[in-house]
Amino acid sequence: MARVRRRKGRWGQYFVHASVVLIVLIWTIPTIGILVTSFRHKDAIAVSGWWTALTTSQQNFIAHSADPSTQVQENGKYVIKGNVLTANESGVVAFGTKIMKPKEFKAGETAPLPDGGSLTINRDGSYQMVSDTSFAADSSRRLYYTASQPPTFTLVNYSHVLTAAGVGQSFINSLTVAVPATVIPILIAAYAAYALSWMRFPGRGLLLAVVVGLLVVPLQMSLIPLLKLYNNVGEFFGVPAKTYLGIWLAHTGFGLPLAIYLLRNYIGTLPNEIMESARVDGATDFEIFVRIVLPLSVPALASFAIFQFLWVWNDLLVAIVFLGQQDNQLVLTGRLRALLGSRGGDWEILTTSAFVSIVVPLIVFFSLQRYLVRGLLAGSVKGG
Amino acid sequence: MGHLISAAVTVVLGVGLAAAYFYAANKILDIIWPPRGPAAQAARNQRVAASIRPWLFLGPALLFLGLYLVYPALDSLRLSFFGRNGEHFVGLSNYAWAVNDQQFRESIFNNIMWLIVVPALSTIFGLVIAYLTDRIWWGNIAKSMVFMPMAISFVGASVIWKFIYEYRGADQPQIGLVNAVMQLFGLPPEPWITIPLWNNFFLMVILVWIQTGFAMVILAAALRSVPEETIEAAVIDGAKGWHIFFHIMVPQIWGTIAVVWTTITITVLKVFDIVLTMTNGQWNTDVLANLMYDWMFRGGGDFGRGATIAVVIMLAVVPIMIWNIRRLNAEQAGR
Repeated sequence: MARVRRRKGRWGQYFVHASVVLIVLIWTIPTIGILVTSFRHKDAIAVSGWWTALTTSQQNFIAHSADPSTQVQENGKYVIKGNVLTANESGVVAFGTKIMKPKEFKAGETAPLPDGGSLTINRDGSYQMVSDTSFAADSSRRLYYTASQPPTFTLVNYSHVLTAAGVGQSFINSLTVAVPATVIPILIAAYAAYALSWMRFPGRGLLLAVVVGLLVVPLQMSLIPLLKLYNNVGEFFGVPAKTYLGIWLAHTGFGLPLAIYLLRNYIGTLPNEIMESARVDGATDFEIFVRIVLPLSVPALASFAIFQFLWVWNDLLVAIVFLGQQDNQLVLTGRLRALLGSRGGDWEILTTSAFVSIVVPLIVFFSLQRYLVRGLLAGSVKGG
Repeated sequence: MGHLISAAVTVVLGVGLAAAYFYAANKILDIIWPPRGPAAQAARNQRVAASIRPWLFLGPALLFLGLYLVYPALDSLRLSFFGRNGEHFVGLSNYAWAVNDQQFRESIFNNIMWLIVVPALSTIFGLVIAYLTDRIWWGNIAKSMVFMPMAISFVGASVIWKFIYEYRGADQPQIGLVNAVMQLFGLPPEPWITIPLWNNFFLMVILVWIQTGFAMVILAAALRSVPEETIEAAVIDGAKGWHIFFHIMVPQIWGTIAVVWTTITITVLKVFDIVLTMTNGQWNTDVLANLMYDWMFRGGGDFGRGATIAVVIMLAVVPIMIWNIRRLNAEQAGR
């Protein structure tokens, strides 16, 4: 009886392993797909799925036979010799003499030429054209062949998108938006969080309720009035309405509810005794905040900083409303969207640009995952 | 490169300004009402300073919250009763337009589908994956992989999935994974994102893919906090794997499940990037947030209608907002 149950348990365990493997595959394959594709040649992407990238592929090519002036006479016949293969093709599989039938003959077979004579292309790419009569001077012909190609990978897509497609510039723009928009809210929120957790004043409960309420207010409610406000301010002072300063301040405003909420949850749980003993020693609130609370809150500050950075880096809506579409203001998400419109089917451009745009968040994610999880658990009222 | 330098300057300036403000404000407070002098006066000064100081600490935050969230929300509400430039009062006619507008109705319908499907699937997947990965030694690595899409932007995710749904003519080699699988089984390839009604679900897959990790992380922590004794008691009573999960563990974490569900619901209400980049609302996939963006800029922008759509999104959020605030109050009372 006991043995039966244990075996059942082991099968159950296998089942768990298998399901989790399947889940992990489903969740990672989409991203792996674009990563692999971004390293493939444009021609290869167009004719085969990325999952074939590691296998040897077959592709049709056209070569031109050597110039008839190179023909030699052997045993009373006229012969032209040469080799069709280029550097990264590893062997001829089939060939043909007509464009409609490029795979008519297997490598090594001899095919009749339409205007007399015969053609043989060998596996190693060497070919010979043989004829009883001399080849006419203008009779160089096309040779159709199918060659196998070993898997090849290239960085050419990256060098292209980073320079020509403007993704490199957008990368810098994204960084320009994200860094100040991440750092500026932190200190402002930390002071507010301290006041909300350790200072007594009328209206504290109400204010906290307002912050929690604002956590879920959709961004859409803010867009139109702020757009109008920015336009008016720009007109009044004769400055452009779409500036980096404008978006830094906007992201600061939008990020504050989460920042205050997260930091208050953390600062509120700091031990009361520390504050009390500092007060007894004559420390003011300002000193307590700077010397005690701030250093102790570093983990919570880090959690928020990661959230805010990811959110700002990945944001599209705020960027397309508050920044322009020109080269020196278009962020990565906006660039990617523009490329989807203009280069819709060019997957070598799209996958590579997409990967450039997600590589920074992925690095942040994998290196600081601990803080991210902690932040999520502390502030699971807001998502995204 | 010039930007990066100005960004760095801004960081230093911004943080410096904030720090200087807090320092100076405190100093000034101490100079005007010094906590010194004759005992009675010092005590009075201290009281006055203590009643002002919280507002100095809160000042910048309140300024930002007011300017970027409270004022615009109220102004959006006002604008929803005004015409396209926000100058002429039009009463409820924007709302009347919305109710009768074909595209608005379609968006509402699609939004409701999103609201039903995405939170449900994300939460259920998250719960099951949290349970399964807690049972194996490499669970944390697996969790990491499922959590990873959280770091990817909606636009990036849209490119990733558009590539998966990529469609080529039936006689060509399929480079999209889904159509390649179709071909493998001898089925004809389909242009997935253009098939009305179903395409909504193909877009929802993207958000489920992103949000499941979020649900999983929170629910895994909740599952781990289920008291060991309740599970042991169930085991002694002869309960097994899935029975323990559904009848002992899940009922104890309903609260957390509700939090996850509502959080994803709010994300869904705001979903915009995915629809904009995948279809831009074509083939009957429009949703409110995308429609709102559309009206903001369409033909020079119709602020009245745009604001009306924003208010409709807000109305859907209000119940969750109230529930959150109540939960906060309950938690405060319990402290």
